[in-house]
Amino acid sequence: MGNNRRTFLKAAGISALGIGTAPVFNLFASSKAEEVKLKPGFLNKESALPAKHWGMVIDTRKFKSKEDMEPVIEVCNAIHNIPHHEEKNHEIKWVWGEEYEHAFTDAENKYINKRVKHLPFLVLCNHCENPPCVRACPTKATFQREDGIVLMDFHRCIGCRFCMAACPYGSRSFNFRDPRPAIEHQNPNFPTRMKGVVEKCNFCAERLAVGKLPACVEASKGAIAFGDLDDPNSTVRKLLESNYSVRRKPTLGTEPSVYYII
Amino acid sequence: MLENALKGNKNYWTWIVFLLVIISIGALCYLKQFTFGLGITGMSRDVSWGFYIAQFTFLVGVAAGGVMLVLPYYLHDFKVFGKITILGEFLAIAAVCMCLMFILADLGQPMRGLNVILHPTPGSILFWDMIVLNGYLFLNVIVGWNVLEAERNSVPAAKWVKPFIYISIPWAFGIHTVTAFLYCGLPGRHFWLTAILAPRFLASAFAAGPAFLILLCFILKKVTDFDPGKEAIQTLAKIVTYAIIANVFFLICEVFVAFYSNIPGHIVHLKYLFAGIHGHGALVPWMWASIIFMLISIVLLVNPVTRSNETTLGIACTILFIGTWIDKGLGMISGGFVPSPLHHVTEYVPTIPEILISLAVWATGFLIITVLFKIAVNVKEEVAA
Repeated sequence: MGNNRRTFLKAAGISALGIGTAPVFNLFASSKAEEVKLKPGFLNKESALPAKHWGMVIDTRKFKSKEDMEPVIEVCNAIHNIPHHEEKNHEIKWVWGEEYEHAFTDAENKYINKRVKHLPFLVLCNHCENPPCVRACPTKATFQREDGIVLMDFHRCIGCRFCMAACPYGSRSFNFRDPRPAIEHQNPNFPTRMKGVVEKCNFCAERLAVGKLPACVEASKGAIAFGDLDDPNSTVRKLLESNYSVRRKPTLGTEPSVYYII
Repeated sequence: MLENALKGNKNYWTWIVFLLVIISIGALCYLKQFTFGLGITGMSRDVSWGFYIAQFTFLVGVAAGGVMLVLPYYLHDFKVFGKITILGEFLAIAAVCMCLMFILADLGQPMRGLNVILHPTPGSILFWDMIVLNGYLFLNVIVGWNVLEAERNSVPAAKWVKPFIYISIPWAFGIHTVTAFLYCGLPGRHFWLTAILAPRFLASAFAAGPAFLILLCFILKKVTDFDPGKEAIQTLAKIVTYAIIANVFFLICEVFVAFYSNIPGHIVHLKYLFAGIHGHGALVPWMWASIIFMLISIVLLVNPVTRSNETTLGIACTILFIGTWIDKGLGMISGGFVPSPLHHVTEYVPTIPEILISLAVWATGFLIITVLFKIAVNVKEEVAA
């Protein structure tokens, strides 16, 4: 991600400590303070997990059937207060299963082997490096964080749904009606939404802020890896180095941060 | 001048009351939508824009169409249009008002609409659409009102109005170009991902807008003493002819590129609209009707005999207007969403409340046209007398 300045300041701050001369120290200390001020409060917590570019690697070999995926989807639905509407037109989905031909529409193959053809693939927001939804949003209600996560401000969204038209992955849902009556058990630690706003997967930003990995990663029993794509020593990078992986619709230039090992 | 709108005969008031009834029914439906949410419409996760946005797109075209009078009159001093230029400007005002109402009706959180101004985002095309639409409304109100007032006082229009007139000409092209950019810059929506979308929008705009004006002139001729003049109507009809031919030509270009390249992503939406896919084809009869209407209108308009005959010209303009409305107001938006980016086929059909709300917006537009045209015609009669 483009935060060379931050990296520089960090390195400079550390070297300043080493030099230890008071005026230099103070100079860099003030830059450090400025840097802290620029970051939202929750990211400053010591417990928060840091990364320059969060990414996800889904090992599809480990999801053999629909049943393997259910706990992953259910935990997300439960902690994020995702409503269950009977009417299909109103449905809200953050992470769900799709068959190969729907998940990888530009890599169709008539004679693809049976395992891949009928395997359900987990699909979710790709937290693209070049997110078309962020480009389209007229109010900055959807925005990209420094660590690459694409988030929604539910209080600023005007519900124009331009982001839904812009997303090539169908990852966004709109609250066509009040979602609250359709939530079975409310999780008081995560906000519920109101009618008329868009929502989507947030890479569990609320959990990363308190040092936890995304809920789907935890529930996947090792089938989903999560980490810093900019760090060559991270689990995700090591997995990508040792396995063949693909991304959804790479020709569109969105640069998804979710990778699939087939 | 507004007082002119407050006196009229029985027919005038019956028409006004009729429009108010439709507006009230739609307002009640909107109240329901406001409390329940957009779930009362036929839209879904896959087809996230529907009738409202489609009407908005079509009406931006009608608004831009007014420039086909303004441009010849003010840039080329084409005096024949002198009597009806004001009608083009007033039609633009009504059409832009409808556009803004349709956008508002489509918002999930209309109370937050001002966020577009409070958190301006120049990277978003919707931000620019807000600017160009409101700007065009402002320009036409300023120009239309001042020019008409000057006419009423039998003096030339104030000099400061001139720059606004000149700005309004490229601005008209701008509103429809920006509206096309809303769609054609989205990756993964292949139906709209075409550089010809803005030109195609403009062509259909310059056909539908002036065709509608011709029809309005015929109505004015019938219900008032106002006569726009045969030459003005005939010139307008020629503009309509060229524009509708350009529109159909652009459509042929789209079809060629999609089918000759044989790229499935480009073909599939056209297939959905004109043949149906996987047993889904709600729009097929509509789309063919649109093509047939546009083609018949071309035949009637190209032939000088049928073009100069008021009855056949009226028929041509009516079916042209319906044809382009289906093309843009029904097919253009749904067609882009079906199938979805994940190749699922979720069809969209507007619901009754959705249609009633849309009708109410149209009725409001007609109310604005009626009032403004009444004022314009009364002023012209006053001056003539």
